[in-house]
Amino acid sequence: MKKLLVTLILALVAAVLPQHIFAEEASGAADGSQSEALNPKEIIFEHLGDGYGWEVPFNHHKRIPLPIIVIGKDGLHCFSSSRLAHGEEYTDGNATFRIAGKDSKYKGKVVEIVDGEEYRPWDISITKNVCALIITVLLVIWSVLAVARWHKQMGHKAPRKFVGALEALVTFIYDGVIKPMLKDRSMKFAPYLLTVFFFILYMNLLGLIVIFPGGANLTGNIAVTLVLSIFTFLITNIFGTKHYWKDIFWPDVPLWLKFPIPIMPVIELFGVITKPAALTVRLFANMMGGHMIVIVLTLLIFIFAVMGPIVAGATTVVSVGFSIFMLLIDVLVSFIQAFVFTMLSTLFISFAQEHHDKHEEEHKAEDSKAATA
Amino acid sequence: MELFTPDAGLVFWMFVSVAVLLFVLYKWGWPVILKSIESRADMIDKGVEYARDAKEQLDNAKAESQRYIAEARKQQADMLREADKMKTQIIEEARVAAQKEARKVMDAAKVSIEQERKEAEKQFRDEVSSFALDIATKVVRNELSDEKAQTKLVGQLLDEMEKQN
Repeated sequence: MKKLLVTLILALVAAVLPQHIFAEEASGAADGSQSEALNPKEIIFEHLGDGYGWEVPFNHHKRIPLPIIVIGKDGLHCFSSSRLAHGEEYTDGNATFRIAGKDSKYKGKVVEIVDGEEYRPWDISITKNVCALIITVLLVIWSVLAVARWHKQMGHKAPRKFVGALEALVTFIYDGVIKPMLKDRSMKFAPYLLTVFFFILYMNLLGLIVIFPGGANLTGNIAVTLVLSIFTFLITNIFGTKHYWKDIFWPDVPLWLKFPIPIMPVIELFGVITKPAALTVRLFANMMGGHMIVIVLTLLIFIFAVMGPIVAGATTVVSVGFSIFMLLIDVLVSFIQAFVFTMLSTLFISFAQEHHDKHEEEHKAEDSKAATA
Repeated sequence: MELFTPDAGLVFWMFVSVAVLLFVLYKWGWPVILKSIESRADMIDKGVEYARDAKEQLDNAKAESQRYIAEARKQQADMLREADKMKTQIIEEARVAAQKEARKVMDAAKVSIEQERKEAEKQFRDEVSSFALDIATKVVRNELSDEKAQTKLVGQLLDEMEKQN
C-alpha cells in the first residue's frame, strides 16, 4: 500500500514537472528552430553503433576524445578525434580528413578527401568499441591473473570473496560444461573456452553500465561476435580428428548420396560454416535486442512528450519501470548468452574430437550382431 | 544495414585483443587455476577419507581402551580378592603356628613343672624322712624308757604321715 502511494505521488510529480519545462521549450520552438527535432531511428542506431568519441552523461556535445588511426593514400595518420568534432575538417600532413555527413554512403565514418571526393581509408581507429574492448580485455586479464596469483600464493586454502566468486564461475563452466563434453581432452581446450566465457560475460555486463567504462554495445556488434565465432571455427577445424573430416567428405550414407553428385558432403560442409554463423548471430541479436529495447523504452518518453504533460508523465513512469525490468533481464541474458556461446563452442569442438576407433568398434559390434542374427 | 556489416577496424582490433587475451591467459592464467583447483579437490577428497579413517580408528581405539580398562578392573578385583584370601590364609596359618608353638611351650613348661614338683616332693620326702628320723632319734633318746609306748607312738605318727600323703 505504501509502495503504491509512493508510485502515485511520483507519477503526479512527473506529470506536473514537465509542464514548465515543455512550456519554455514550446516558446523556444515557436521561434522556428526545428533542427533539433526528435529522430528516434537515428538515436537508436547511434547508441547501438560505434563512435569516434565516448559520450559523457548529461552533455550531448562533449565527448571523450579517442585516437583516430587511419592509413590513407600517403600512409599512416594518427590524431585525436576531437579535431573532427562537429563535422570539422582536419589536415594532417598532406591528407585532409573529416567524419562523413548524413548524406554520404560512409555516414559517420572517417573519410579522406581527395580532390573533393570522399575516400574511405583503412580505419583502425581506437573507437568507442575498441576502447571498451581494450578495457574489457584488461579487466579479464586482471581478474583471471588475480585468481591465478591467489592460487600460486595460497595454494590449497578456501577461496573467499572475489576469488571465490570467480572460481565458482570457473568450476561452473569447467566441471559443468567442458569436462562432461570433452572428457580427457578438456585440459587442452579449457583455456580457450573459459577465456571466451569470461570475455563475453564481461563485455555483456559492461555494455549494460551506461556511463564511461561501460555503455559500448560490444557483443551487440556483429564484428565482435564474428571474430569470436571465427576463433571457435578455427579451433574446431584445426584440432579436428581424421574421423571428423571423413564424416564431412565421405559420410556413412548410401553411395548415391555422395557419388557422383556429392549431396551429403555439400550439406555437411554447409553445416561446418553455419555453426559459427549461428554463434555469431545468436549472441549479436540477443545483446543488440536487449540494448535496443531499453533505448526504445527510454525514447518513448520523448516521443510521447509532444502529446502533453500528463501522457508524458505517465509514459515516464511506465518506461522507467520497464527499462529497469529489461535491464535486470539483460543481466540474466548476459550470463545466459555467455554460457550458451561457451557451451555451443564446447559442443562443436567435441564433435570434431570424436575418435575413429570408437566408431569402428561400434560398427564391428553391429556387424557381429548382424552375423549372429 | 550498418549494424549487419562488420567494421574492418573493429574486426582487426578484436583479433588482436582476443589473441593477446588468449596468449596471456593460456600462459599465466588458466593452467595454474585449473591445476590448482583439481589438486585442491583431490586434497579435499583425501582429507575427507583420512578424517573418516581417523574417526574409525579413534572409535576402535576407544572401544579397545574401554576393553582394556574393563579387563584391568577385573584383574584388579581378582587380585584384591586373591590378596584378601592370602591374607586370611596367612593369618590363619600364623595363628595355627602360634598355637602349636604355644602348646609346645606349655607342654614343656608342664613337663618341667611336673619334674620340679616331683623333685620337690622327693626333696620334701627326704627332708620329712630326715625330720622324722631326727624326731625319732629324739623320741628314741627321750622315751627310751617306755620303749613300747614310744614305738607305738612312732608307728602311729608314721601311719598318719603316710595317710596324709
